[in-house]
Amino acid sequence: MSTRTVEYTVSSNPEMGMDGRPVASPVFPVGMEPDFQGEHMLINIGPQHPATHGVLRLVLELDGETVVKCTPHIGYLHSSFEKLGEYRGWNQIIPLTDRMDYLAPLIYNVAYAAAVEKLMGIEITERCKVVRVMLMELDRIFSHLIWIGTTAIDIGAFTVFLWTFEERERIYNLHEALTGARITTSATRIGGMMADLPPGFTEAVQHFVDTLPKTLDEVDALLRNNNLWVGRNLDIGVISAEDAVNHGLTGPNLRASGVPYDVRKDRPYYDYETYDFDVPVGENGDCYDRYLVRMEEMRQSLRILQQTLDRLPDGPINVDNPRVILPSKTDCMSDMESMIHHFKVVMEGIPAPVGESWFGVESSKGELGMYVVSDGGSKPVRWRVRGPSFVNISTLPKLVEGHLVADVIATNASLDIVLGEIDR
Amino acid sequence: MGLEGRRDLPVLGSGKDGSASFLTTKLDFIVNWSRRNSLWPMPFGTACCAIEMMASYASRFDMARFGMERMAFSPRQSDVLICAGRLPYKMAPIIRRIWDQMPQPKWAVSMGACASSGGVFDAYSMVQGIDTIIPVDVYVPGCPPRPEALIYGLLMIHEKIKGETWFGEEGKLLRAEDPARVGQAQLPAETIEQVAVPFGNSTNQNRGSGMSGVRALEHPRNRRP
Amino acid sequence: MAKDNDTKFEAALKDLAGTGPGKRQMPGPGVQTEAVDAHPSVDALKATFGDAVLRHEQHAGDEHVVFVDPERLREIMAWLKDEPAQHYDLLKDVTCVDYGGGRPIQVVYELWSIEHRRQLRVKVELPVDALDVESVTPLWATANWHEREAYDMFGVQFRNHPDLRRILMPENYEEGYPLRKDFPLRGRFSRAEQTRRALALDLEDYYLPEELEVKEQKGGTTPEPGAERALPETAGQPGGARSVPGSEAQAGEGE
Repeated sequence: MSTRTVEYTVSSNPEMGMDGRPVASPVFPVGMEPDFQGEHMLINIGPQHPATHGVLRLVLELDGETVVKCTPHIGYLHSSFEKLGEYRGWNQIIPLTDRMDYLAPLIYNVAYAAAVEKLMGIEITERCKVVRVMLMELDRIFSHLIWIGTTAIDIGAFTVFLWTFEERERIYNLHEALTGARITTSATRIGGMMADLPPGFTEAVQHFVDTLPKTLDEVDALLRNNNLWVGRNLDIGVISAEDAVNHGLTGPNLRASGVPYDVRKDRPYYDYETYDFDVPVGENGDCYDRYLVRMEEMRQSLRILQQTLDRLPDGPINVDNPRVILPSKTDCMSDMESMIHHFKVVMEGIPAPVGESWFGVESSKGELGMYVVSDGGSKPVRWRVRGPSFVNISTLPKLVEGHLVADVIATNASLDIVLGEIDR
Repeated sequence: MGLEGRRDLPVLGSGKDGSASFLTTKLDFIVNWSRRNSLWPMPFGTACCAIEMMASYASRFDMARFGMERMAFSPRQSDVLICAGRLPYKMAPIIRRIWDQMPQPKWAVSMGACASSGGVFDAYSMVQGIDTIIPVDVYVPGCPPRPEALIYGLLMIHEKIKGETWFGEEGKLLRAEDPARVGQAQLPAETIEQVAVPFGNSTNQNRGSGMSGVRALEHPRNRRP
Repeated sequence: MAKDNDTKFEAALKDLAGTGPGKRQMPGPGVQTEAVDAHPSVDALKATFGDAVLRHEQHAGDEHVVFVDPERLREIMAWLKDEPAQHYDLLKDVTCVDYGGGRPIQVVYELWSIEHRRQLRVKVELPVDALDVESVTPLWATANWHEREAYDMFGVQFRNHPDLRRILMPENYEEGYPLRKDFPLRGRFSRAEQTRRALALDLEDYYLPEELEVKEQKGGTTPEPGAERALPETAGQPGGARSVPGSEAQAGEGE
């Protein structure tokens, strides 16, 4: 058993004194006393762990309490989604999309439907566009609420978890009113939606938009200027702008590092360029900035929600194309042609032209890419999901080097990962 | 503690041939009451069901009402393993090890369709039901089950505990541990095969969707069996 | 009565026959996908690299795809990243497409330039018996994990990748490469065999000192499916036959 000297820069070490020189303490900071450096310890976090946000395994190489190297191991939730997609018709894949990012299922439903509609050259109706934007922003808030709840509970603030889950129950009620399911919504179909908005839905969303800011203010009051919160998050997990882009970070993680890239602004879809909203951009790229960016994003999403409620047009929710959309049951039972169309859509599936489509959507975690390749059949040749959390978690080793073990938990939480889309 | 059980204990007031008596039933009642009203769940949450489990711990569907205040993330200190979510084969040895680390008395709840049978995922990487790996007491169906459903499942565990006995032959076998089973699958290989046979919509999943030809239109009678 | 309905049904089907999805075909040269609009990067690529740019396609309205020669992929990617007029600094995705039937496997790189707000998809086609291509990890650090996943799912070897090993499947997975078209949906082994192999995985594998020198220990790649490999002797032994963590391995390593 030999000793090794490892040199690295420590970005935030509480053992450093105010003058930048290490403070003598029983826990020796790195690099100060080489002959006190013993063996490094290997610690395993997960895959079953309360604070890893799913089945993530981190193997930390520690020098005392400081992380020398962190290796994430994933694949503990690999559910062969992409393989299953090759055996399902275009509409049958939609229930699979709910189960990947189960914290914001409607965003995945919409992204997938949009990718396939782009491939097929289908232009959805105006009402459907506005409804989909409304549902996506609602789920962005949904996802950020659980993010702040679980991050706070990881760092020790239990109350925030209970408050945000109560708000989420209201969104669960909205999901259930629309689709019948709380989490696994499967609300979209190729060419439209599973069903139009039920009566009372827009009033409920309006009530939600009016009352959520109060809860957000309460959460902010608890956390934003809290000594403990700031101490656990400020200057922790810093990543610079070029490193963030090079590592493929997108979404709030990238914007917290100062890069103003948002798919809704840079490659808009569904008329996002006509909505009036801002994109919060941070400066330092640390956990605290990621927190601020996401809190502000929730408020901006409320702005967009209000605009969708104001501009929601009447009209059909589905495209008028019988080869794509199921006819109504009344027609189907009374009219032979509609029955044949129903038969073809259900038995054969929807025909797609030869080609491919990569559709990027601003999901709550980053840029979600849906890549569908078709060879003219009713099932895809390849369905690829570019899950933002897969890329986000790959930056964790870089973010936590030199930090303490507790900071690993805080940084992991601030990246907002969901294992369903990492492992797919 | 092997399969010999507790022959060393004095047979306290039990009737002839070890059958139950007034004293043993009262003792059983007290033991079962205290066990079921303070079950500490071990949330083995993997996927979407874990979110519904978290929702059932939150304020609206509070599980603490039923005594499950403390979520024990250490298996050594827990009673009920709630497997919430799908389980790939890579995760299988981990759930087996967590189960083996839990001390008796322990129960397992398989929450959701994926944990009970593989769910939507009849594919190369997914365990087709955690009962192939660990013994399961209650299966909670749903995808994901509502918090009320999970609570109902846990109340079924309560019912199961009510019917348990500490005495007699049954009592000796019930909570015994077999060290040879540590790290091994729960079901034998033939049963795993039977349990994992594809059924329903997942039969004959191929790119032709079970159709015998590749023409645009096929009659249902031309499907492959 | 039923027979009448049957013939009516067949007649109706015949009416609508021929309006179905049609023959399945691969996209390729000349099949509906030739580029219609110009893309500034593709024009510049053709000017700079000439015949290394094999094909330019356009899909779904505004998505431009350019096929390049696999041998020159690295320099083309470096040029696309560093050239100021192109500056594709965000590599969104690296994945593969397998059409099956022995056709070449395509490796797909999705690029985005934040400054110029431009998208480009670069593809290389690799024959199934020569599935290797240069890694772009030195250019974009994000390619590290994407290429590991492409290796894990398709078996594409990326030359000079710092750490090419399986990422989603267990490291000793021997059934093959799951997303290939010749890989069955439920895997090659029976469920009981998959369960047995899963439970034989060594949980302490990752935090022995081997973890610290991954590449040397694992040899960089996993064995080909079907290669001779003895499974660990765990069947039937209480507690599984696992060495006490650290001691045996360290004794063996002499470290």
